[in-house]
This record gives sequence, structure tokens and C-alpha cells, in this order.
Amino acid sequence: MIDAKIPTGDLDKKWEDYKGHCKLVNPANKRKMEVIVVGTGLAGASAAASLGEMGYKVKAFCFQDSPRRAHSIAAQGGINAAKNYQNDGDSVFRLFYDTIKGGDYRAREANVHRLAEVSTNIIDQCVAQGVPFAREYGGLLSNRSFGGTQVQRTFYAAGQTGQQLLIGAYQALERQVALGNVQMFARHEMLDVVKVDGKAKGIIARNLVTGELERHFGYAVLLCTGGYGNVFYLSTNAMGSNVTAAWKAHKQGAYFANPCFTQIHPTCIPVSGDHQSKLTLMSESLRNDGRIWVPKKKGDDRKANDIPEEERDYYLERRYPAFGNLVPRDVASRAAKERCDAGYGVGTSKQAVYLDYAAAIERYGKTEVSKKGLSNVSHEEIIALGKEVVKEKYGNLFDMYAKITGENPYEVPMRIYPAVHYTMGGLWVDYELQTSVPGLYALGEANFSDHGANRLGASALMQGLADGYFVIPYTLGNNLADEIYNAPIPTSHPAFEAAEKTVAERIARLKNINGKQTVESFHKRLGKIIWDKCGMARNAEGLKQAIAEVQALKKEFWSDVRIPGEINEYNPELDKANRVADFIELGELMCVDALAREESCGGHFREEYQTPEGEALRDDENFMYVAAWEAKGEHEWSLHKEELKYDVIKPSQRNYK
Amino acid sequence: MSHTTMNLNLKVWRQKNANTPGAFEMYRVENISDEMSFLEMMDILNEQLITTGGEPVAFDHDCREGICGMCSMYINGKPHGPWQANTTCQLHMRAFKDNDTIVIEPWRANAFPIIKDLTVDRSAFDRIIQAGGYVSVNTGNAVDGNTLPIEKAKADEAFAAAMCIGCGACVAACKNSSAMLFLSAKVSHLALLPQGGPERKTRVTNMVAQLDKEGFGACTNTGACEAACPKEISIANIARLNKEYIVAGLTSE
Ligand SMILES: Cc1cc2nc3c(=O)[nH]c(=O)nc-3n(C[C@H](O)[C@H](O)[C@H](O)COP(=O)(O)OP(=O)(O)OC[C@H]3O[C@@H](n4cnc5c(N)ncnc54)[C@H](O)[C@@H]3O)c2cc1C
Ligand code: SF4
Ligand code: FES
Repeated sequence: MIDAKIPTGDLDKKWEDYKGHCKLVNPANKRKMEVIVVGTGLAGASAAASLGEMGYKVKAFCFQDSPRRAHSIAAQGGINAAKNYQNDGDSVFRLFYDTIKGGDYRAREANVHRLAEVSTNIIDQCVAQGVPFAREYGGLLSNRSFGGTQVQRTFYAAGQTGQQLLIGAYQALERQVALGNVQMFARHEMLDVVKVDGKAKGIIARNLVTGELERHFGYAVLLCTGGYGNVFYLSTNAMGSNVTAAWKAHKQGAYFANPCFTQIHPTCIPVSGDHQSKLTLMSESLRNDGRIWVPKKKGDDRKANDIPEEERDYYLERRYPAFGNLVPRDVASRAAKERCDAGYGVGTSKQAVYLDYAAAIERYGKTEVSKKGLSNVSHEEIIALGKEVVKEKYGNLFDMYAKITGENPYEVPMRIYPAVHYTMGGLWVDYELQTSVPGLYALGEANFSDHGANRLGASALMQGLADGYFVIPYTLGNNLADEIYNAPIPTSHPAFEAAEKTVAERIARLKNINGKQTVESFHKRLGKIIWDKCGMARNAEGLKQAIAEVQALKKEFWSDVRIPGEINEYNPELDKANRVADFIELGELMCVDALAREESCGGHFREEYQTPEGEALRDDENFMYVAAWEAKGEHEWSLHKEELKYDVIKPSQRNYK
Repeated sequence: MSHTTMNLNLKVWRQKNANTPGAFEMYRVENISDEMSFLEMMDILNEQLITTGGEPVAFDHDCREGICGMCSMYINGKPHGPWQANTTCQLHMRAFKDNDTIVIEPWRANAFPIIKDLTVDRSAFDRIIQAGGYVSVNTGNAVDGNTLPIEKAKADEAFAAAMCIGCGACVAACKNSSAMLFLSAKVSHLALLPQGGPERKTRVTNMVAQLDKEGFGACTNTGACEAACPKEISIANIARLNKEYIVAGLTSE
């Protein structure tokens, strides 16, 4: 059993107590301490900015051309906070409770409670930075409800919440760059962690423009490098999102926790053909107002608008009357897959269901009529008014849908299908966000910490910013307070030399294969294996096959991949090859983890373990633990378990009926 | 919906690096579905180039959904191509027809040096933000979010300016390579909100100074930037920027 260093005491006092007693680094010493932050999405930018403000010397890295472009920018729907501005019964406890329950009782109580506590500070901080959240006519902040909860606690900026939050964090970061507290390295990719005496003391990074390898020292290394959803090839993640940084850390001794916990989001634009390079999310907020249905008749080929009301099956409302279209993501995704597998899917591929706004448009239209005190209004006018309201709320999403599909979602129902979206698994961290390698931390989506087996909507942005703005500034100091006695390590140290040599050799090896197949083609094949066998539904047979297939793919990759261009130049194919090589190894571990977890929970649905109604069947007796995997050698891992103790919440079967 | 496929001629700018002169190359791609995105068509070209021993075309892209601002192609004489209010990654092949010739170039501006092929260096934009595009508020300094009510119309207007994705199409579209639309979007976002008030004067002064230092050209009000902007950032922001700048100059101590 591994120790997560959770403070003792009452759940709601733990963080207060911790903050009251943690060690501090005095300002003069902070100025002498370099800290490395890899990744400048919400987690990394907020951490780098905050640490810079505190006086640390920060070096921050990202692979895009600017920190403003991190994948966090794409988040649409919103960010949760237990403000209870709507007076609808929200509280820190309720946000904590919803997150634990939504995660199907596979998250740590202490971390999640802390997250709920600091959620309110995040909103305040972002408002102060000038993040233009949506507001009511009275000038106060507006909220909406979001999948899986019954209170309105989600703050948003139209359908661009992630963009606005990231720009806020980015601006705070650039301010620290201007003040000389943060040095920013854009178009740089971290390719290894450097350890000295068992502690993380730096990184090897590749300048992506020149291809040169660089050594960087830091008293601590923070990985804020995002999730690994692109292991599936097709996902809603940005094209460059990758597991490389986390994977290198894993190979250096950091445990990788719950890799099989991946989130398949229910509302994405369906795949249109083999050429597809990525999938586009239609924000979950659309489920607040849209109704999801398929025809009652199998293989019904009529156009959606020609299918009369009584021949439509609103299957979520039918199966889950209490939550209806707002059931958590894992439940909604599986229900869509179930209908399509059973032959009720729509569109050319039959791998899609309808998300219908007709009823919402009419409802909003009528509200406008009474708001404006209009009389003698025709049906057409009501619909026109309703469309205006929907446009204001979801306009950018509707536009995006129209651009991609060429269809007008104000007139015909949207077609949607589940797609890979988020990874709950990630580097194992303790209460202080430290991995099993001392001095190496993981923040944001890169760690596994707060979402258990399923993440609730609008809580990833919350977690990323909580980690960066409000957690790491305390926990890092607690550990660095002891480091001040150690002199900085020069990058001529043998550990740096050896690490750089390993990285250079691997790149040379990749380049020299000079095979026939493209990196992209390998990535596609990997994605198909993982999607088919370790996707929305898994079984032992399939997982065993997948492991063998991924191992074979790895061999083929390392003997037949073709990377054009030179090593010492701007070479995006080489960057991609580095990442795909790591994804292949991760793919194997995901299947190993999924095979070992003989239960269904959250996003992990093992077909062998389900209730008679087809719902996930947990096995708390045997599997109420975090699976933390330690790398042992090629195709070899050993499992460490972190037992999950529920002192405050009593786990029960999730019931959204 | 029924779908069609097309064959296309591509005239693409190739340039090894900043120090080597570039030139156009012609390529042909076949069986392109009208459902593909423009970048998926470019993926096909690159796969074709790699498997036939050529070098793929380097281009910037990441989110592929019009929000990160990374993609940057000058397509048939227009930044981000023919569609209005659109990024390159959101452009779909429906916009073209069989046997079209498509000319693809990088953003061209002295302040955006070419890195390779269609990839340029836009770090000047980050430096402009560093000059003052923020509110100076350290983590932990904030008061409760609702203690500061903001008129909805103002908040909406600030949001409309804050939607800028920093892509640089405005610069690429402008015959003077002016970055005024980009700058004005940031200045407006913060000037319209009470949070931006205390630093209003220094912000605009310092950001304009940085803009000049980076070598962007002067604004002569052609409006080409607004027409090319994927986020429909309004040119009215430039008028606001000018006003802010003048007021800052007049009232500075
Ligand atoms: C389409 C979409 C919509 C979403 N909507 C919501 C929402 O409405 N609400 C919500 O709460 N969550 C949402 N999420 C999830 C949420 O956006 C992410 O989980 C979160 O933004 C991750 O932030 P992060 O800082 O951990 O990582 P990221 O934003 O992914 O940042 C990763 C950073 O690491 C850098 N990096 C990665 N690898 C390396 C390397 N090897 N070397 C150097 N740098 C590296 C990158 O350059 C980048 O700066 C959404 C996700 C998607 C895909
Ligand atoms: S103003 Fe428009 S064109 Fe210019 S950088 Fe911003 S989004 Fe791009
Ligand atoms: S790739 Fe992100 S905006 Fe085009």
C-alpha cells in the first residue's frame, strides 16, 4: 500500500491545518530557487504565474508557439465553483459530494474536498484578472447547470470559457515574464526528467525550431502537460496533446495511476470518414436545453424532421427520468452506444443520435413573448424569437457545427456521437501533488487526482486552476524549504550528460529506421486498437488481444517508421514520432490496467460486470483502490495499490433514475 | 447529404528556413472529399509526400476547431481562405471544386519571420502582451467576484474584444502589416472593464511603444484586418484604442 500523505483531522479542516503548518521559504531564498514548469495550459500558466509572483525563478515550457494556445483554450462549457450565488442549495460539501459520486467512488476524499474549498477563490481571482464571465442584467455573474448536477454552479463565458480563463492565466504569466520572474520557452518539448540522487532536478528539452537539445536545472519540476486522450488517435484533444512528458516521468520512476480511466464524451460531432484527423466536441451545456433521441423504429431512414413526435425514443428521459438528458457523461455515452449497436443509430454511418433543439427554441420563444408583453404573435415569430435566445447562448457552437457538417442546426437536429475527451488517469500524486519521484510534481489533467473513474462537466478547468493558483504555491514551499541547503546543480553534472545522451540516441535511432510507413499511419492503427478494445466497453478477451496487438505494433513501428527531414531543424514529423512511440507504450499499460480491474466503474465499463439493467457494477470489496503502476522494464509493470477510505461519504451504487 | 470528391492542384510556398530563399512548388492531390477540412487535405498531401520520399509541408495547427489561433495559411490571397469569420482549420473542402488550383502561402510580414514553409514566428504578439496586456493582480489578492457588478452590455462588449485568438490574420491581410486590430482588441477588452481601470494609461502607452518596436506597419484604415479576422473583431476597437492613446498622452504627468 502506498501513502498519499493525507493530513489527519476532520475532512473540512485538513487543508486549513495543512496551510497553517506547512513550511515556508523566505523571500530572499525564493529568489535563488529555480523551478521548472513544463506546460502552460491552465494548470501550468497559473502555477508559473503564481510562483513567479511569490518570487521563485521560474522556467516555463510549452510546445506551441505561445502559451496562449495550450489545449485548455478549447474548453467550452464552463467552470464550477461552490459559490451558491443562485441560492439553490449549493455548498462546498455538495460540490465535494457530487464530484466523489460522479467519480463513482474512486477519488480521494481529502483532495476533492480541498478542490471544492478553493473553487470559490478561483472565480474571484479570474474576475479580478478581467476574465469576462457571462453576467445577468443586474451586473452580477451568471450561472448555468451542467451535466450531472442539480444546482447551477457553473460559471461561463459563452461557449469559450476555457479560452477566457486561459487568456487570464496567460496574461498573468506574461506579466511575470515582463517582470523577469518567469523565463518562457515556447516551441520546446520536454523529452526527459533528470534525476540526481533520486530527486528530480531538471529536464532535457528539445528546441523544436532548431532541433537542439537543452539542459535545464530546477529545484523542482512541475509537469502540467495535460491528458493523454490522443492515444486513441481520434479525440477532442488538440493535435499536439501528448503523453510524452508524463511517460518519461513514468519511465523515471513516477507511478502511473488508473490509466484505463478515460472519459468518452457523449456529445461530439460524429466521424465523417477515414480522413478524419480529430473530433469536435459540442459542449455538454447543449444537453441543458437539447433533447436526445433516436427513432423508435430500427433502421428508420426518414429525415429527422419527418419523424413524428410519437415515433421518437427520448431514451435518456425514458431510462433516467430523474436526471433525463443531464445524466453524467459515462452514462450518456454508453446509452448512445447501446442504441446504435442495437440498430437505432441515425445518419449515413448509423453511428449517431439526434440532439434536438426544436422544443427549446419554442420554449424560449414563448418566454420572450411574455417577457416582452407581446400579443397576437404567430408561431413563426415565436420560433424566430426563440432562435435569437438560443443563438445568444450557444451561437458559437451552432456555427461550429454548421461549418463542419454543412447543416443548419437551427433547422434540423444535430447528429452527435460519443468521442474520447478527457483522461482521469495520469501520474500518481500525493496530497501535495508530488509524484512518487521526490521533487517531481504533476498538476492539472496530467495527474490522476480528483475525478476518480469519471469526471463531471466543468470540473477540469476548476482542478487545473486550483492546482496552479491555490495548491502548489503552498505544497511546493513545504518541500523546497529543505532544499535551500543544497546548492544548485550545474548542467555539466554527469546526470544531465547521461540524460541528454539517452535522448539524443533515441532520436537518432528513430530517424535512422528509414522505413516505409508514416508516423500518422501507426498512430491511426494504435487508436483503432485502443478504441475498439479499451474504449467505451471492454472485456478480458478483447484486452488480451489488444495487448498482443499493441506489442506487435511497437515492434513494427521501431522497424518500419519513416521520418523525413533532418534532426537539427524544424521537423514536425520527428516531434510526432517521439510522441507516438510513447503513446504505443502507454496503450499497452492502459489495457493492462483495464484487464486487472475486474469491475465496472465510471468510464471503465467491463462487459462482464454489469447489473441486469446494463449499468456499471462496482466491486468495492476488491477494487476500492487507486491502481498505481510502476514501470519495471519492457512490457513489465508492478502494481501498487492506494486504498481509498471513505470517512465522510458512504459509497452506494450511483443512481440517476 | 450526398458527397462529392475532387482532384486539386496545389501551389504551395516552400522554404527551408528563415535564411534560405523560398519558392512555390506544384502538387496534385486526388479524391479529396468535400467533407474534409482544409488541413485534412494538407495531411493527405503530406502523407503522399512522405511515402514518395519527399518532405512534408510544415504548417502550424493544434486545436483544429478555430480557437487556439495556431493555424495560419494565406489561401488564394486571403488569410484563412475564402470563408468569412473562419480559421484555416475550420475551412472545409466544400469551398472548392474539382480541378481548382489553390495557392497556399505563409503569413507575410517583417514582424513574423518564416520558420519553415508555412510556419512563421509570431512571438512579437506575446511581447506586446508583456508590455501591458494584463491586470496587475497577484494570486490571492481578489475580493468576492460579485462585489464588482458590471453592466451586462459592457461585459458583453469586453467579451467580444477578448475573443481575439492572436492568430495574426489581421497583420497578414494588411498591406502595411499593421497589428492594430490585435492590439486594439486587448486594449479594449481591459479598458471596457473596471478591473482594467487603474492601469489604463500606462497599458496603452507601453503596448503601442512595443508594437512600434516590433516593426509592424502603421494603420491607414483600410479595413482589410476586420474583413479577414476569424473572430470578427470590430474595427471600432481601433478607434477606441486611438482615443485611449490620445487621452493617455494628454493626461500623463
Ligand atoms: C474540447 C474540450 C472541451 C472541454 N471543455 C471543458 C469544460 O467546459 N469544462 C472543464 O472543466 N473542462 C473542459 N475540458 C477539459 C479541460 O479543458 C482540460 O482538462 C484542461 O484544460 C487541461 O488543462 P491542463 O493545464 O492540465 O493541460 P493543457 O491545457 O492540455 O496544457 C498542456 C500544456 O503542456 C504542454 N506540453 C505538453 N507536453 C509537453 C512536453 N513534452 N514538453 C513541453 N510542453 C508540453 C503544452 O504545450 C501545454 O502548454 C474540455 C476539454 C476538451 C478537449
Ligand atoms: S484581431 Fe482577429 S485576425 Fe487579428 S489576431 Fe485577433 S483574431 Fe486574429
Ligand atoms: S488550429 Fe487552432 S485555430 Fe486553427
